[in-house]
Amino acid sequence: MVLVIAEQGRGKLNRATWETIAAAQQAGGPVTIAVLGAGGDTAGAELGAADVSEVIVVDAAAVAEYTADGYVLALAALVAQAQPALVFLPHTYQTRDFAPALAARLGRALVTDVTAIKKTGDRLVYVRPVFQGKLNADVEAAGPAPHFVTFQIGAFRADAAARGSSAARSRKVAISVDGGAVRQKAEPPFQEARQAVDLSQAERIVAVGRGIKGQEHLKIAEELAKALGAELAASRPICDAGWLPMDRQIGSSGQTVAPKLYVALGISGAIQHLVGMKGSRTIVAINKDPEAPIFEIADFGIVGDLFEIVPAMIAELNK
Amino acid sequence: MKIAVCIKQVVTREWQLRVNEAKTWIRDQDASFELNEPDAYALEEALRLKEKHTGEVVVVSAGPARVAQVIREALARGADRAIHVEADALAAADAVTVADAIASAIRDEKFDLVLTGLQSDDQGFGQVGVVLAEKLGMPHATIIMEVQASASALRVKRELEGGWFQWISLPLPALLTIQSGINQLRYATLKGIMAAKKKDIRKVPPPPSAEPTQRILSVHFPEKAKKTQMIAGSPAEAAKDLIKRLREDARVL
Repeated sequence: MVLVIAEQGRGKLNRATWETIAAAQQAGGPVTIAVLGAGGDTAGAELGAADVSEVIVVDAAAVAEYTADGYVLALAALVAQAQPALVFLPHTYQTRDFAPALAARLGRALVTDVTAIKKTGDRLVYVRPVFQGKLNADVEAAGPAPHFVTFQIGAFRADAAARGSSAARSRKVAISVDGGAVRQKAEPPFQEARQAVDLSQAERIVAVGRGIKGQEHLKIAEELAKALGAELAASRPICDAGWLPMDRQIGSSGQTVAPKLYVALGISGAIQHLVGMKGSRTIVAINKDPEAPIFEIADFGIVGDLFEIVPAMIAELNK
Repeated sequence: MKIAVCIKQVVTREWQLRVNEAKTWIRDQDASFELNEPDAYALEEALRLKEKHTGEVVVVSAGPARVAQVIREALARGADRAIHVEADALAAADAVTVADAIASAIRDEKFDLVLTGLQSDDQGFGQVGVVLAEKLGMPHATIIMEVQASASALRVKRELEGGWFQWISLPLPALLTIQSGINQLRYATLKGIMAAKKKDIRKVPPPPSAEPTQRILSVHFPEKAKKTQMIAGSPAEAAKDLIKRLREDARVL
């Protein structure tokens, strides 16, 4: 049995859960979904639509709000009870916070950030990116079951998860977690400041990465954005350096966008960036490195010096 | 405050990757190496905490002899001393093996705080820090963007997805994985480089290795998900061609 650990907050399901269900269905065998936290009943009812054998709603006061220790304790108990062959999770920030500790506590393998499953007979091989997505590795988990596997956001399609003809069986499982053993104390989530720019509404975006080299060079990107009628955005290192404000950041820790046109200037295409923009309709990549992963998802690519190509584009647009 | 910072040496972003004969890892004999970027932010955060609260910063690295390069760099930036778990097999080991190696080297030192970067640029497991916390019996918090420390506890700002954050409190000793951009990095001064030469680097052997939890069967370059139209020519020609295609084929202008 494949046990899928759903992610939800106050009944609102993280869409990546459906992607993980799709991965579990592809791996084969019966699938069970476990839901933790306050609002688990609501999220559990929604997940009942999936073609799975069972939805387990974990009832434990100590995991009403997420903490790493609480989740490790509750899930270690659940795994011991349910005896799954595999445990699948979405590769979210929350999973990254507890799953390595959970697998280590149980002495089991954890393969992270998986983008595909290759199946030959009963043997499962997981494909995961290494070197910031410049290479893929075929990986096999070792040691006793269950193996834990996390799936990169967007690698499987949520709408590929098969729905059942009727609602899946649902069951409440009470797990006693000693609240005193939970060492982290969490405060409510907050947003730093109201985002001044909502890039998700932009029709066109010009985004800059490390290849822009210095803050003083942002001007040519701004001019290109103006000529294209586009908003200016950036990959994480540019905002880390303070060259552009954080609310211009695209990627897993910033905004997710899907404009008509996305022009990536000097962006290599680390996965943390790609997840924020790969839904764009037309992607243009300009980069001096022909091996840059950004070219794998680009519709149009130019290998070359952006400091030569961008001024030529501006001249062409202003003709 | 006695702080350990775990650092990793990785190939530079500019290095053109080459795959080894067996197609199981890279051929890195002629590669250039650098400090894993998130680890540089972890080191900087440790140095800032020491400046504020006094104490000691010890860098720890697990890997072959060549990782001495990033150890020396960390000492030059201001770390007080170093521990090097030296073994060739640690260059491309799985997360549990690396965490075991580091745990056995630092367990007896009784650190108040252990910092790591959130993940490495090569393997990208995002696991070593959290597994290390588990091995050391410490509470942990991950993807941290601000650290407030008192004598016995921490209050840290954890990054969530999509621009959200959350404050977490946890008792010391503890382990944090640090997100890039938490601070502004300092670079080594000439004085720092000179001082580093006198600093202690303790070499320790790794513990007897357990069975790895995962192994790489092969590595390969990704297949293109899309059919990319590559545009060649001089900058002016390429720019003209691109704009034409955006107007006429893609119709996005």
